[in-house]
Amino acid sequence: MAWHKVDYTKDNGLPILLTTADKIVSWGRSNSIWPLTYGLACCAIEMMATGASRYDLDRFGAGVFRASPRQSDVMIIAGTLTKKHAEFTKRIYDQMSEPKWVISMGSCANTGGEYNTYSVVQGVDRIIPVDIYLPGCAPRPETLQYAIMMLQKKIRKESIFRKQRQRRLV
Amino acid sequence: MRTYKPKKNVQHKAYHTDRFYVAPTLAKIDPSTDEVFSKDLKLVEKNFSVEEAYIQNNHLVIYVKPTDIYKVLELLKDSCKYQMLIELSAIDFVEQSNEFEIFYQLLSLTKKKRIRLKTKISADDKKIKSVCDLYKSANWAEREAYDMFGIKFVSHPNLKRILMPDDWYDHPLLKTYPVEGDESASWYEVDKIYGKEYRDIVGPELRDPAYIDRLDSKRFIKIKHEVPYGAEISETPTNMMSEYQEEKGVFLVRKLRRAKSKILKKRR
Repeated sequence: MAWHKVDYTKDNGLPILLTTADKIVSWGRSNSIWPLTYGLACCAIEMMATGASRYDLDRFGAGVFRASPRQSDVMIIAGTLTKKHAEFTKRIYDQMSEPKWVISMGSCANTGGEYNTYSVVQGVDRIIPVDIYLPGCAPRPETLQYAIMMLQKKIRKESIFRKQRQRRLV
Repeated sequence: MRTYKPKKNVQHKAYHTDRFYVAPTLAKIDPSTDEVFSKDLKLVEKNFSVEEAYIQNNHLVIYVKPTDIYKVLELLKDSCKYQMLIELSAIDFVEQSNEFEIFYQLLSLTKKKRIRLKTKISADDKKIKSVCDLYKSANWAEREAYDMFGIKFVSHPNLKRILMPDDWYDHPLLKTYPVEGDESASWYEVDKIYGKEYRDIVGPELRDPAYIDRLDSKRFIKIKHEVPYGAEISETPTNMMSEYQEEKGVFLVRKLRRAKSKILKKRR
């Protein structure tokens, strides 16, 4: 019988990696952020394009668009939020499980955009806390990719043992 | 936030500044010149009092009394074969004559002709008989006219708001209604979701889309220079470039270095 000696100091060394719990968990979180299917207006077309094969959001682990808020991590508010719909947005946001993030996509979601009218919410940050504001009308898929990458960066910085994240409202 | 201008007098002023400007209007032609229209008009005139009638843009326009409107439409539908009600809405003439003009756009598929039936109702009671029994398409059109102008369509089967929420205050397409909304509109979502006591926390709406506060880290973090929410910024940051990845690196994620990256001169 041949006797194999394994020298852990040679080649690639020990098959062990050392890291912190924070880093590994937030790395896992950052690389599998499932967005909620939440297209409200024309930005949704760009969001769909981002998810489709040409731009392929799956490369960032963010291509699994869920139809249920209970299974999703990030809410991409893609489009104009009207005042009639605002309460439902808040309700859907509340239904998402922690940890959760919000990307406000496009001018309409950021500030109301060109709709300086009576019926449009002037920025979704009036009703829910927003992590990433994404400018553009409508933002190109590359811009949404960049926002996802920025969100990943933000997630990696967060601690898993943090208290409930600072809530802007309520 | 832009200053609020009272909208009550807006109809007295021209939107343009050219004092010699005359708004272009299409010519009003005598209805007797058209064979089909003159026949239809004669039939209407025989039974009801017609205030005014002319052809404009190939439409026969007839002004009738608001009390007759249901019967005139019935006549046009049954005897004159105007089978379709294309559109029904109102125009606000409150400033000019304390009236609302209600128009009914009709189409005859067999004759290939269009009629616009018009009537004026007083702005004090804002009531007119519903024509839902005659034309099914009137149902939603009347609901919209009710939603936007507050006109009550008597005997409508389901007269409630169609576009605005049920608890909305006032009717937005009235000329007196400010485009940016009244007080109830501007606090609508806050009141509904959080309650009135949260108005102070959320703050008033920011209505100027070009407004930029250089040191504000609560509404917009700086592009390419991300700061945490609510961070204190005292001066303009010097280094505006940011990288996709962190400096120390993340497990399995390699940092993209701009200096080392190669830019291809042409597509491979």
